[in-house]
Amino acid sequence: MTAVAGQVAAAAYIVAALLFILSLAGLSKHETSRRGVAFGIVGMAIALVATVWVTAAGAWGDPAATTGLILLVAAVLVGGAIGLWRARVVEMTGMPELIALLHSFVGLAAVLVGWNGALYDAGLTGALADIHHAEVFIGVFIGGVTFTGSIVAFLKLSARISSKPLMLPGKNALNVGALLAFLVLTVWYVITPELWLLVLVTLLALALGWHLVASIGGGDMPVVVSMLNSYSGWAAAAAGFLLDNDLLIVTGALVGSSGAYLSYIMCKAMNRSFLSVIAGGFGIEAPKGGDEQEGEHREIDAEAAADLLANASTVVITPGYGMAVAQAQHGVADLVQKLRERGIDVRFGIHPVAGRLPGHMNVLLAEAKVPYDIVLEMDEINDDLSGVDVVLVIGANDTVNPAAAEDPTSPIAGMPVLRVWEADNVIVFKRSMASGYAGVQNPLFYRDNAQMLFGDAKEKVDEILFQLSRS
Amino acid sequence: MTRIGIVAEAPGETRVAATPTTVPKLIALGYDVVVEAGAGAASSFPDAAFAQAGATVVDGAVAWASPIVLKVNAPTPAEIDRLADGATIVATLSPALRPDLVEALATRGITAVALDAVPRISRAQSMDVLSSMANIAGYRAVVEAAHEFGRFFTGQVTAAGKVPPAKVLVAGAGVAGLAAIGAASSLGAIVRATDPRPEVADQVASIGGQYLEVVVPEEEKQVSSDGYAKATSEAYDRRAAEIYSEQAADVDIIITTALIPGRPAPRLITAADVASMRSGSVIVDMAAGQGGNVEGSVAGEKVVTGNGVMILGYTDLPGRLPQQASQLFATNLVNLLKLLTPGKDGELTIDFDDVVQRTVTVVQDGAVTWPPPPVQVSAAPAAKAPAASTGSATGSTARKPMSAGARTGLIAVGIAALFAVCAFAPPPLPQHFLVLTLAIVVGFYVIGHVAHALHTPLMSVTNAISGIIVVGAMVQITVPDLTVQILAAVAVLVASINIFGGFAVTRRMLAMFQKGETR
Repeated sequence: MTAVAGQVAAAAYIVAALLFILSLAGLSKHETSRRGVAFGIVGMAIALVATVWVTAAGAWGDPAATTGLILLVAAVLVGGAIGLWRARVVEMTGMPELIALLHSFVGLAAVLVGWNGALYDAGLTGALADIHHAEVFIGVFIGGVTFTGSIVAFLKLSARISSKPLMLPGKNALNVGALLAFLVLTVWYVITPELWLLVLVTLLALALGWHLVASIGGGDMPVVVSMLNSYSGWAAAAAGFLLDNDLLIVTGALVGSSGAYLSYIMCKAMNRSFLSVIAGGFGIEAPKGGDEQEGEHREIDAEAAADLLANASTVVITPGYGMAVAQAQHGVADLVQKLRERGIDVRFGIHPVAGRLPGHMNVLLAEAKVPYDIVLEMDEINDDLSGVDVVLVIGANDTVNPAAAEDPTSPIAGMPVLRVWEADNVIVFKRSMASGYAGVQNPLFYRDNAQMLFGDAKEKVDEILFQLSRS
Repeated sequence: MTRIGIVAEAPGETRVAATPTTVPKLIALGYDVVVEAGAGAASSFPDAAFAQAGATVVDGAVAWASPIVLKVNAPTPAEIDRLADGATIVATLSPALRPDLVEALATRGITAVALDAVPRISRAQSMDVLSSMANIAGYRAVVEAAHEFGRFFTGQVTAAGKVPPAKVLVAGAGVAGLAAIGAASSLGAIVRATDPRPEVADQVASIGGQYLEVVVPEEEKQVSSDGYAKATSEAYDRRAAEIYSEQAADVDIIITTALIPGRPAPRLITAADVASMRSGSVIVDMAAGQGGNVEGSVAGEKVVTGNGVMILGYTDLPGRLPQQASQLFATNLVNLLKLLTPGKDGELTIDFDDVVQRTVTVVQDGAVTWPPPPVQVSAAPAAKAPAASTGSATGSTARKPMSAGARTGLIAVGIAALFAVCAFAPPPLPQHFLVLTLAIVVGFYVIGHVAHALHTPLMSVTNAISGIIVVGAMVQITVPDLTVQILAAVAVLVASINIFGGFAVTRRMLAMFQKGETR
């Protein structure tokens, strides 16, 4: 019975792993994305059923096993219910927080699995026991870093703590020191497996995760979230090594590499190396002479903006995090619809790091029922911007900063940006003249073709809608 | 509360330095506004409208005695005498052309601010009266030309025959030139434009004109560094003159706008060119007041030549649209006063460290401060050269690309390490590494093609999938050790949240993405 179950489980795992790969592949296109998710769900279901069966078959009749199975069913039911409930009620603007929180769960689970691996002696000897000990440590360490890192990311994203980077003296030394300490502890634990070493390494990992993310600022969050996504994958893979389970390794590696790739895309979009994101935010160099960048900006009111839009033939909207904060996406969608009804060509230009999550803006616009085929990414729209009549910059700042392209001394020099300033008119929706996340003055605001529309983005969009419907 | 006096202009000037729209803005800056009776009459702004806007209508003496006087044109010596001691006067003073006026103002502690001396930098654009007036003048020049011209501007095919479109040549594509090009082309004419600055070609094209480039071999194309056209070289002038001669014989209307600051206007159209034009053609010489671009033009007059060409030398073109001109002029003034009243408390302060404030102030407290130190506009392409070499100006943005050798070395080390681990590790491990390595590679290839817009769904799916760690916890949950069981149960719980939550939220998101046609 057990042997059969084991074989069936192994086969099921291969099928599940394949389905997971198909799932990720399906997500590469809009047309196949829903099928991709279906593949993922089926794969997960197969893996879970097989696992439950092999567990139950292996320990049937054992009183401890009965307790375990009851616990298992209860935990799955409760966890599933919570998960479904959260997924149903979450606001689309709150996606970054939710995803960060979910990452932390994987981290926590990895830590717990690692601890269990240490607490329950599987009866290994010799080199295998040593390897087992090292695997416990690696699993706990990655899991711990993921756990607290994601918690901090969650707190920052949900504005429960300030998103300013924490600046401890010698923070890079702290990070490297923590890694070295981890290595030393691992070797120590392999030689003498003592419980207090495990406690120590857990605390070390938790502290490192906390510090790592705490010292990264709000605008780097897309990188951080995808980095944590990657870590959660590696944590699962480490657990796979620990438990001798190939499915965990495959899945963990898939998730880990996909997260790493996303991080890479995000870093490229900011013209920064992964290490420099980890090593700290933009704000570190003292913001250089604001004086020369300062200047006179022109204001515009909603009525004039509506006029400008009504008389345009092509309009491009470049949203940023500010649109999410103001929850303006529905108003923006209505505006787009109104303008398109008038025969105006409206498109969106999305910078890869707009928002706090890779693809965040796309999700918000999709929620507001903006058709996705007019939502273009930066490279698709940048060359067209010079022929556009009006660009609306809604809550974006650094991603449309001409200094990145024109001022080699700017801290964001070389970062690819949306070249909105090439359009005939730029209307910038902004709360105030404060600089963006990078702390860099934005010369766009002082350009001749740029006009500022101050105030809450949502209210201003509604006002423009009102003016448009009157005319 | 400082009092601002809006005084009436001399007869013949139709504009006024404030309008009922700008008066409340001045009051918002903390000033008390008085308007000389009848000051806005010529611009169709009655005294009642000023009073309604919050200004007090007073007689001339009171308005002139205000601590701050706003005016359109430069004051006459008699008017300067009417100013109070230590007063500030803001007007169009042309300090470069009229040193006598600057001298006359430098008396009795008077401060004089020249609106037309605003430097051509972006942030000062909102107070640049030369630009706003040139814009109006360019438009009006076309209207004047259309008024004199005996034909349509636009081409038509009618039952009564075919009408060819008028051909218009605009010399100088500055603000006035561009306004003229825009106005003429929107009337339907074929518009051509010349300008010594080749960088304006796109601007000309963007409003419907055709740019005639003066091609001069062996010569550096002129790029202005202060926003104005400069005097040109001899070879250039010769070629340009040929172009004007060719065009004069062809076009129906010529509008010249060429001005060089501080110098007489360049002569572009010779008497011979005028003579080659058809009868009924119209020339508007917008530079007539500064000596004229056209031979034979008379400032302020309409001249009809022997061959029936009309040359209009009107110098009051902005004033011929008085309401519009007053509105824009007054708004420029408000913007300048915003800059000069940082506290919005009705206290006029001039900060000489600010380049705009320094430049416009030609007389301060009775002392001449003209000319100011030169200002450079940043638009010159020379500034782009260093931009190309984006270097390691700030340590953190610099990325050292790894050399090919180092990269190969790293890969070799990595492969060797993997080999060592797999070769010497006991049985289950090498197999795991194989699986791990292949999965990573597959992961990279699969994710590499993901559409940008789907990054968030991708992330939530991978997140749900990484909940697979639940498998590990499930395996552990049946061992005979209660602590382990409880820990495993907690792990199962949180991982389940992940799996169910992750998949559910992804489905919800994807359901929202829809294509345009389905709407």
